[in-house]
Amino acid sequence: MSAPVVSKRLVIVGASLAGLRAAEGARASGFTGEIVLIGAEEHLPYDRPPLSKQYLGDAEIPYLRDPDSYVHELNVRAVLGNPVTALRPDEKAVVVNGESISYDSLVIATGAAPRELPGYSEIPGVVTLRNLEDTHSLRRALDATHNITIVGAGIIGAEIATAARKRGCEVTVIEATHYPLERAVGREMGLVLSQMHPRNGTDLRCGVTLAELRTEGEGGKVSSVVLSDGSEIKTDLLLVSIGVVPTTSWLKDSGIELHPDGSIACDEYLKTSLDDVYAAGDAISWPNAHTGRTGRLETWTSANEQGAIAGRNAAGVEDALAYSTVPYFWSDWYGHRIQFAGTAHDAEPEVVIGGYEEEKFVVLYRSGDHVVGALAVNEPAKIMKDRRRIQQRSTWAEAVEHYKELGRKLALIQQETV
Amino acid sequence: MKIVVDRIKCVGLGLCEAAAPTHFEVGDDGQLIVLRETVDEQDLAQAEEAVRSCPTSALKLIS
Ligand SMILES: Cc1cc2nc3c(=O)[nH]c(=O)nc-3n(C[C@H](O)[C@H](O)[C@H](O)COP(=O)(O)OP(=O)(O)OC[C@H]3O[C@@H](n4cnc5c(N)ncnc54)[C@H](O)[C@@H]3O)c2cc1C
Ligand code: SF4
Repeated sequence: MSAPVVSKRLVIVGASLAGLRAAEGARASGFTGEIVLIGAEEHLPYDRPPLSKQYLGDAEIPYLRDPDSYVHELNVRAVLGNPVTALRPDEKAVVVNGESISYDSLVIATGAAPRELPGYSEIPGVVTLRNLEDTHSLRRALDATHNITIVGAGIIGAEIATAARKRGCEVTVIEATHYPLERAVGREMGLVLSQMHPRNGTDLRCGVTLAELRTEGEGGKVSSVVLSDGSEIKTDLLLVSIGVVPTTSWLKDSGIELHPDGSIACDEYLKTSLDDVYAAGDAISWPNAHTGRTGRLETWTSANEQGAIAGRNAAGVEDALAYSTVPYFWSDWYGHRIQFAGTAHDAEPEVVIGGYEEEKFVVLYRSGDHVVGALAVNEPAKIMKDRRRIQQRSTWAEAVEHYKELGRKLALIQQETV
Repeated sequence: MKIVVDRIKCVGLGLCEAAAPTHFEVGDDGQLIVLRETVDEQDLAQAEEAVRSCPTSALKLIS
C-alpha cells in the first residue's frame, strides 16, 4: 500500500457493531479528525446476539458502549433515525434525509436484513428478528402464542425455538433441505446438532416447504400453515428465519462493485472498488487469506474485527492492515453451548473427545493432513485452544495428539479415584 | 493496569483467551479464569485487544 493520506472527516454509514468499531478503530489509530456516525435506527449501537438469547427473556438493552461516552470520550457525532439513501462518489458525499454530508473517507457498515418469504411478510403473525423492535414484538407475541412455526432450521431459528419451548409453546421447525446447518457445520454435524430439537420437544421437519398460509378470515391473523407434504400445522405465529441479505440496495447507483449476492466487494484491506471507501461487517465479502476463500461471514467476531480495521484503514493515520481470520461463532440451544471455529467446507469431521449421547463433545474437521475446523458442544474450555491450532495451521496428528494426551490424563485421574 | 471481570456479564465465550492467552483461560465449567490480573507495559496491547473482543463487554482495565 502507498503511504497513507490522513482523512479530515470520516463518515460511517451504519451504527451497529461494525460501524461503532470503525469509529473506535480510527480513534485508536490516532485519528483526531471529525467522525460522523449515521444510523437508520433511532438507537445508539446495541448488540444483536442477546436479542435471540438473554434479551428475548427480558434483560436491559444491550448497548455496545456507554451512551454517555460518544460525545466526550469518542468524539463522535451520531446522526440517528434516518437511512442514508445514496452514495455519490463524485461529490464524495452521502445523502441522508435529502441532505448531503461530505466525507474525506467513508466506512460502509449497513449490515444485513432478514430474507423474507415473498408474499407473506404483510400478514399479521408473520415475523422476522433482527432489531430491538422485532424482539419486543416477538416477546409480546410469544406471551400470547401457543403454537409457533419457525421457517428455517438455522442458528437463530434454533435459538428462538429454545426461547419458545422455555415459555411452554408448541414449536415446529420446518427446513427446506434435508441437511440443516450444512453451510455452518457441514452435513454430518448439522444432523447431529439438529437432534437437539426433537430431544427438547420441538417438532423438526426437514425436506418440506411452506405451501400455503391460512388466516382467520380475509386479512386476518395467521391460523395454520400447510406444508409441501400436505400436512397442516396449527400456528398463531410464523417466524421466518431463512438467512439474511446484505443491506446494499441504497448503493445501486453509486457504481460500487457488488457481488451477485448483493454484498460489497472488498479487498484484504477492506477497501471497496471506490476511492477512500471502506466497508465492514455483514454487508461485505472479502478474500480471507486464512481460508483462501472470498465470501461473507455473518458473525459477531468478524464484524467486530473488520469494523476496527476498516476504521483504521479509512482514517489513514497508520499504515493499512489486511484482515484475515479463523471464523468463529457460538450459539446457545436448549441450555447447550455450541461453539464453532474454522471451516467445515470439504472437511471430514471426527469426534476427539466425549460423545453425542452425553451432548458433550469436540469434533475436529480434517482436510488433508491439517485440522481446519472444530465444533464444541458443552466444552467451553476447548474451543479457543483448537482455534489457535487452526490458526497456526497445526497438522491433524498434532491436534489429535493433544486430545489423546487429555484422554490419558483423564483415565489416570479416574484410576486414582477408584 | 489491572483486569476486572464483570462476572454477571461474562458468559465464558473465550474470545479474551484468543486475544490474550497469557491472561485468560476458560475452565471446563465454562467459568473464566484470570491467569494474571496485572497487565504490564509489554502485554497491554494484547489485554486491550481482549477487552475489545469480548462480545458481552465484560472486561475492563483499570489503573
Ligand atoms: C438475533 C440475532 C442473533 C445473533 N446471534 C449471534 C451469535 O450468537 N453469534 C454470532 O457470532 N453472531 C450472531 N449474530 C450476528 C451478528 O449480530 C452480526 O454478525 C452483527 O450484528 C453484524 O454487525 P454489522 O454492524 O455488520 O451489521 P448490523 O448489526 O446488521 O448493523 C447494520 C446497521 O446499519 C443500519 N443501516 C442499514 N442500512 C442503512 C442505511 N442505508 N443508512 C444508515 N444505516 C443503515 C441498520 O439499521 C443497522 O443498525 C446474531 C444476529 C441476530 C440478528
Ligand atoms: S470474551 Fe468476555 S464473555 Fe468471553 S470469556 Fe472473555 S470475558 Fe467472558
